[in-house]
Amino acid sequence: MTHHVVTRTRTGTIAGIAAVALMVLGLVLPAFASRALIQDLFTILTLLTLAQLWNLLAGYGGLVSVGQQAFVGIGAYAMFAGVILWGIDPVLAIPLGGLAALVLAVPTAFFAFRLQGAYFAIGTWVIAEVTRLLVAQWKALGGGTGTSLPREATSDIIGVEAIRALFGLREAAARDVLAYWLALALAALTIAAIYWLLRNRLGLALAAVRDNTEAAKSVGVDARRIKWAVFLIAAFVTGLTGALIYVQTARISPDAAFSVTDWTAYVIFIVVIGGIGRIEGPIIGVIVFYILQSTLADFGAWYLLTLGVIAISVMLFAPRGLWGLLSARTGLHLFPVQRRLITAGPDHGPSMTKGEKEP
Amino acid sequence: MILLETKGLTANYGQFRALFGVDVTLAAGETVAIIGANGAGKSTLLRSVTGILRNDTGMVLHRGEPIGAMPAETVMQRGIAMVPEGRKLFPSLSVEENLKIGGQVRKAVGPWTLEAVYDLFPILREKRNVPGTALSGGQQQMVAIGRALMSNPEILLCDEISLGLAPVVIRDIYAAMPRIKASGAAIIVVEQDIGRALSVADRVYCMMEGRVTLSAPAATVSREAIHTAYFGDAA
Amino acid sequence: MIWIDTIVQGILLGGLYALFAAGLSLVFGIMRLVNLAHGDMIIFAAFAILLITGSVGLNPFLAALIAAPLMFGLGWALQRFVLNRVLGKDILPPLLVTFGLSVALQNGLLEAFSADSQRIPAGPLESASVDLGIVTVGWMPLLTFATAIAVIIGLNQIFYRTALGRAFRATSDDPVTASLMGIAPKGIFAIATGLAMVVVTIAALYLGMRANFDPSIGPARLIYAFEAVIIGGLGSLWGTLAGGIIIGVAQTMGAAINPEWQILAGHIAFLIVLLIRPRGLFPRAVD
Repeated sequence: MTHHVVTRTRTGTIAGIAAVALMVLGLVLPAFASRALIQDLFTILTLLTLAQLWNLLAGYGGLVSVGQQAFVGIGAYAMFAGVILWGIDPVLAIPLGGLAALVLAVPTAFFAFRLQGAYFAIGTWVIAEVTRLLVAQWKALGGGTGTSLPREATSDIIGVEAIRALFGLREAAARDVLAYWLALALAALTIAAIYWLLRNRLGLALAAVRDNTEAAKSVGVDARRIKWAVFLIAAFVTGLTGALIYVQTARISPDAAFSVTDWTAYVIFIVVIGGIGRIEGPIIGVIVFYILQSTLADFGAWYLLTLGVIAISVMLFAPRGLWGLLSARTGLHLFPVQRRLITAGPDHGPSMTKGEKEP
Repeated sequence: MILLETKGLTANYGQFRALFGVDVTLAAGETVAIIGANGAGKSTLLRSVTGILRNDTGMVLHRGEPIGAMPAETVMQRGIAMVPEGRKLFPSLSVEENLKIGGQVRKAVGPWTLEAVYDLFPILREKRNVPGTALSGGQQQMVAIGRALMSNPEILLCDEISLGLAPVVIRDIYAAMPRIKASGAAIIVVEQDIGRALSVADRVYCMMEGRVTLSAPAATVSREAIHTAYFGDAA
Repeated sequence: MIWIDTIVQGILLGGLYALFAAGLSLVFGIMRLVNLAHGDMIIFAAFAILLITGSVGLNPFLAALIAAPLMFGLGWALQRFVLNRVLGKDILPPLLVTFGLSVALQNGLLEAFSADSQRIPAGPLESASVDLGIVTVGWMPLLTFATAIAVIIGLNQIFYRTALGRAFRATSDDPVTASLMGIAPKGIFAIATGLAMVVVTIAALYLGMRANFDPSIGPARLIYAFEAVIIGGLGSLWGTLAGGIIIGVAQTMGAAINPEWQILAGHIAFLIVLLIRPRGLFPRAVD
């Protein structure tokens, strides 16, 4: 008898090929898509990135944060600071957003990790509020009313000229294409990185911590360090995403950049509706979210009311979300991170699948 | 009259089956001992009767009515009280509050009142205002028994009341059993301490690996029969 | 002199925050559930009181008396039919359900009452004040503080002097053993949430009479309530009052220095306490 621990599935391989095809399609899309579609896709991709990160925190790490808007906001403001105060190109200032979020994540984790379980959630919210109030005091960046990226900074963003020439677009549209490409790259890299992390040691360690912190400790997994690592990674990429979102928006205010509705509520609903604790979940969730938004957006508050009620219903009747329902019915795993033990008799050998990891 | 009856009772913990078709009966006024080694399924049997473990209808009957699917609070309100394994006193409640809570939902008329319980275990009267969990193990067991009696139950289920206690403490607790029996409750005593169990029981069941291996009157059962039922034929 | 006045106003403001917090603390203490919609429920209750005073022309205190049993019923039903279904070892489902509820409530109120600021009319009480020698304080803040103390005493009486309170504490300790006492834990949870909603109604009454409110301000009240609970130490209602007072005083002192710093000063006081005493000022001996 031989045993193999595998994570690969047939559909997983097909999904991989499909993902590459989608990426290629996504790259060439600006050649024939309308500007409105490009803008919509930008929103979808950035929300997808935020949702994947929140899912990593809550779904895999058990860290239910309601304060991710802190990292979106600080990331956006750091980018603005880079552009306005130090004259950096907006695109090149995006990494500043990630760094600022990382720096803010250290005291946030320090405080919030002192709070147990559910209180952690509100603790992160308090930090986000404090950050918002402090940033509103930053007069150089417009204080409480906010500010815009200066015209001279947005007019010669790196790469925009080339895109203009390539597609024959006006400058504003070319800027949207650039932002869209960056969002596409960020979303793809985020998903790939999370997938890679979960298939490696961190995935096992997270599963152990989430299921039983005490037991995890006894097999040498340091729950505290794992949680810190996950929190910092998520904050860094959330900061990058925040900066990118505001490169495209080009106008910022504390209330918008630190909005709990836009950067946390929507994201939580996307993950919950799609399916928490699965990489596929946020992808399904963001599609459903987009459809709902395009059909209900004219109804104002009804739209958010409906989203809230849908999220409650999903938690009550299908706690694994839409993807959970689909996956249970079909057995599909597009991003196989579960480890399955394959046992093969010596006479037919390990024929079922290639061993990913020898035990 | 048969008060309580299990018919082909099975119980599972997830994939693991703990009981395989157990049949036991309890008649009004009698005391039945259920003995067996650790893991024989004795406690699982009591948990199934009280409704902490739900099971299919028809497997547990109280006065002929199926109660297997009822939640624990409904079963208790029918007059089936439990002294749980490990005492399980409420740490936030004083000794007196622990006793009172036993009789606050089901208010049946009967011999057991706060005063009657204090008369049964006088030490508790002295410690009435102390948090329940500040007592010694034996005193905690007295509270747990008193708490179950406070509802004047028709059936009293005692799960391993001697577990972890010193012999002299066990003697004190068992000394109260005749008075509890005399008050009219039918009793099931689950025990690993065979001698103690037989000293109070009218009948005895022995369990092994989730099955009843012996059913006999306590007065006439032989040591050999118990030995065989307890450890199996191989022993 | 101005500082004494600021501190006294802060202490009285703390009474309002303690009222916000008492319901949150009650529910958490009994079923370890953190209700992220708590602040929005306060606003919901404030609109309910406003509606009753407006349509029937009742005195706000009488209106709250009518709203309280309705809120109890709503809380009971919410727990019975929604929250009980998601309570369990995993804290994620109840958190997400109450978060969904928070957003749904906020936007439902927005749709029903618009984003306009509202106020519960309290007549001459709004501006009446009393001269205490060193400081002059409004009757309304004084009444709020007195009510907070009365609510805490009342809740403690229920907790430690009644059979219901015994059942609350027993269920909080160990729901399975409580069910062996004939207590239905889920029924107890429903009563607890109902009771919390009665406290929420009282909080809403004072919130609405003292200042303007609109559908969007719920989350901020949740945060103040939460800070008061954490500062006080989980499970202690008097600690929660102390927590409310600390936030209230920090806010009025912050505002005295610079009006823009009011809210920030409250949050920073909370973070300082969390830094020095992570378990709060009056933690329960056994947890």
